[in-house]
Amino acid sequence: MAPARAAVRHLPRAPRAVVGSNVPRREGLEKLTGRALYVADLDVPGAWWGVTVRSPHARARILSIERDLGADGARAVVVTAEDLLRAGRDNVVHLIADDQPFLAHRSVEHAEEAVALVAAPTREEAERAAARVRVRYEPLEPVLDFERAETIHKTCAIDKGDVAAAFAGAARVVEGTYRVGHQEHAYIEPNGMVAWPRIDGVRLVRGSLQCPFYVHAALTRLFGEPAEAIRVAQTSTGGGFGGKEDYPDLVAGHAALLADACGRPVRLLYDRAEDMVATTKRHPGRIVHRTALDAEGRLLGMDVEVLLDGGAYVTLSPVVLSRAVIHAAGPYRCANVRIRGRVVKTNTPPNGAFRGFGVPQVAFALERHLDRVARAAGLDRVELRRRNLLADGETTATGQAVIDAGASRQALDAALKRSRFAATARAHARFNRRHAHLRRGLGLACFFHGSGFTGNGEIRLASEVALELLEGGRVRVLAAATEIGQGTRTVFAQIVAQVLGLPYEAVETVDPDTALVPDSGPTVASRTVPIVGRILADAARELDAVLARRVGRPPGRPWTRRDFAGAAALHLDAGGERRVTARFSNPSGQRFDETRYVGDAYAAYAWAAAVAEVEVDLTSFETRVLRVVAAQDIGRAIHPRLAAGQLEGGLTQAVGWALFEEVVARDGRMANGQLTNYILPTAIETPPIELVVLERPFAHGPFGAKGIGELPMDGGAPAVVNAIADALEIDLDRLPATPERIAAAWLAARPERRRA
Amino acid sequence: MKLRLEVNGRPRSADVPPMKRLLDVLRDDLRLTGTKEGCGEGECGACAVLLDGELVNSCLVPACQADRRAVTTVEGLAAPDGSLHPVQQAFWEKGGAQCGICTPGMLVAAVALVERARRPSDAEIREWLAGNLCRCTGYVKIVEAVAAAARARRPGAGARRPKRVKR
Repeated sequence: MAPARAAVRHLPRAPRAVVGSNVPRREGLEKLTGRALYVADLDVPGAWWGVTVRSPHARARILSIERDLGADGARAVVVTAEDLLRAGRDNVVHLIADDQPFLAHRSVEHAEEAVALVAAPTREEAERAAARVRVRYEPLEPVLDFERAETIHKTCAIDKGDVAAAFAGAARVVEGTYRVGHQEHAYIEPNGMVAWPRIDGVRLVRGSLQCPFYVHAALTRLFGEPAEAIRVAQTSTGGGFGGKEDYPDLVAGHAALLADACGRPVRLLYDRAEDMVATTKRHPGRIVHRTALDAEGRLLGMDVEVLLDGGAYVTLSPVVLSRAVIHAAGPYRCANVRIRGRVVKTNTPPNGAFRGFGVPQVAFALERHLDRVARAAGLDRVELRRRNLLADGETTATGQAVIDAGASRQALDAALKRSRFAATARAHARFNRRHAHLRRGLGLACFFHGSGFTGNGEIRLASEVALELLEGGRVRVLAAATEIGQGTRTVFAQIVAQVLGLPYEAVETVDPDTALVPDSGPTVASRTVPIVGRILADAARELDAVLARRVGRPPGRPWTRRDFAGAAALHLDAGGERRVTARFSNPSGQRFDETRYVGDAYAAYAWAAAVAEVEVDLTSFETRVLRVVAAQDIGRAIHPRLAAGQLEGGLTQAVGWALFEEVVARDGRMANGQLTNYILPTAIETPPIELVVLERPFAHGPFGAKGIGELPMDGGAPAVVNAIADALEIDLDRLPATPERIAAAWLAARPERRRA
Repeated sequence: MKLRLEVNGRPRSADVPPMKRLLDVLRDDLRLTGTKEGCGEGECGACAVLLDGELVNSCLVPACQADRRAVTTVEGLAAPDGSLHPVQQAFWEKGGAQCGICTPGMLVAAVALVERARRPSDAEIREWLAGNLCRCTGYVKIVEAVAAAARARRPGAGARRPKRVKR
């Protein structure tokens, strides 16, 4: 990797700097006044309602589909896989393996798989018609337990050093097996799309989504039509967290097929139950660690097996697995690493992207494991981590030398200091001796997260953005990056304004619409600021150079708005281009060997440490999180308040996953697909969150920024569960740590308690 | 039934089945789409409105129960001249909204609190808002915003204890 700039903990900020200040948020006012239009709010005259007919079986042959709609027949349409075949449609959701159909054909591979689509003028009529679509199935034996599944979606492996020799020479070997369950995104706005029939050669789809060009690619393939015949536009989107990365391809395809069939616009809006049972979730997993230590507690060798449940179709599983494998050895120094990763097929709804994308699973396993390693080695858990955390320039499991890896120690020190870790631990010991049925504990986790697509993904994506000159010295940002709550437009406007030296207000943004914006890639992988923001900064520099040349002044000096407007007018009058585009250029020189898993897996990593403080009630085994302290190096906070919002929200999702959020499956179907019994943290259960934001700039991020969206999700759960284990002096190896599991571990630790 | 109600200070009427959800009356019949549906079972609070000043989930209220009563939705919080309600202003300044889908219900619930309690504690705010789920923010900036809005309210605006209908 190319060298980064020297480490700076807190960058001095120029007065009136746009980047680094809490400018008013672009996306704010409409959301606060009820004017923002989400997909369910669109007024679409003449639109019919769509309904999806789904499989009740986890695995079955489809024997026949009868569609005797009776009297409703004249006012309803039905679409099945056979209809797609007849119409020459390509019944494949285009993603990685292209193995998932839009509509099941001949067989179903998971419960809730879409088998037929129905549309009618009203929701009631559509539901009535759907009830009259009779599908005859021959149920087959499903594979539901991923630990016993044999069909493999994807494997990947890391080999570094000589693991066998490391174990042979070890002073101590510690083993452990850790399991995590599904997690439901539970964005408060369910999935939904409105599709229009083909008008003037163009099919328009609008809806709730993260990645307009993914939907665009899926529809282009489905209809076999050229790019310009498909138009995808985002409506205000009520949360995504990865859950609206790939599934909207299906919803959009379904809505577009129905619009095509009935010749009218169609609204396909999921309700909460449908969204919960049918759409993607975080991959459940089992992670097995064998760890070799020397006499001083240094990591000699790490042998890790990562097994993930991919569900019935490949979808995004290969990339979730590769990110999990690359992060499985954590931000630690170890010369000998062997990691084997496997994601397998089960007859359950496909698991997909969810904030963290494989890292929360492996971070939970490793950070839980290291507490056990510390105990086995007779070392304090803080000391064990301190001895093994990477230092600047040391190499990760893929052999990537990371210039700023030492930020992980800075984060650890900052989290310990802010949480008064040692003093709090002593206070807990006193509290626990005194109290009859309450036990307090502290937990720690160190973690990291690579920004952007894995390996050479960004090179292949070759994302593009554009800046457009408007009247009056204004500039418009054209990018496909979606606003889903993070403040995308605000930070983009800040970056462009800062590069040009223009006021924040002079930079405008647009709603992502594939007919208007270039493909700046999907809004995923913590890539919006470090990758897309960086390309925007490049575009702004190019625009500056073009206009500076035009008026004969040196580039790189801030413009006054008047000078800028003048230069822009001169430029346009002389027939100059209104638009400047820029494309991803791999500025860090990142190289990754995708067959051997060696090299620069990511251009940059964000580093963090979290401390959780909990209180467990021994009468109910309920856990109250008293507070969470998290220190994270994010390179540069473009908008400190929005950055803090990302960190707080991610930590809260992690607390939910640690304690409450459990998908209960029965015969391969989610049995608790309601917010009544899939429990999210409310304001009461959410602990006070204290943040320490460290800013060690990434040389190739805009103004030093790294990705932050996913990072907080990675380490919150192990910190909380380590705290519970600390409070009760028990072992916990599974998420979520529900009262039942805590009670079982408590009883297992001392069998005599069972009689009490 | 011929439903008559006052919405955001204006008399409105709609011809609806008596058991139609108030949420649907607002969204479909009156085209006030600021009020959101997140779950349809009273868990998420995205559909919260004030019914004669009481905080309710409009997905659980049949139209007939709203007859001849006053409803306040998110669209009715700002002043007629467009200036924001202090709670909206505080959400704006503190970053209380991220994706914005829980925001209308959250704002309405927060308004109900600050109109009743002048200096609610952090714990009181959290308890009051526990019927409104937010998946984005971790509630930190929402709680800060509500506390700031409560402080910003003029003294003497009433300091009744929080009271809320069963949600």
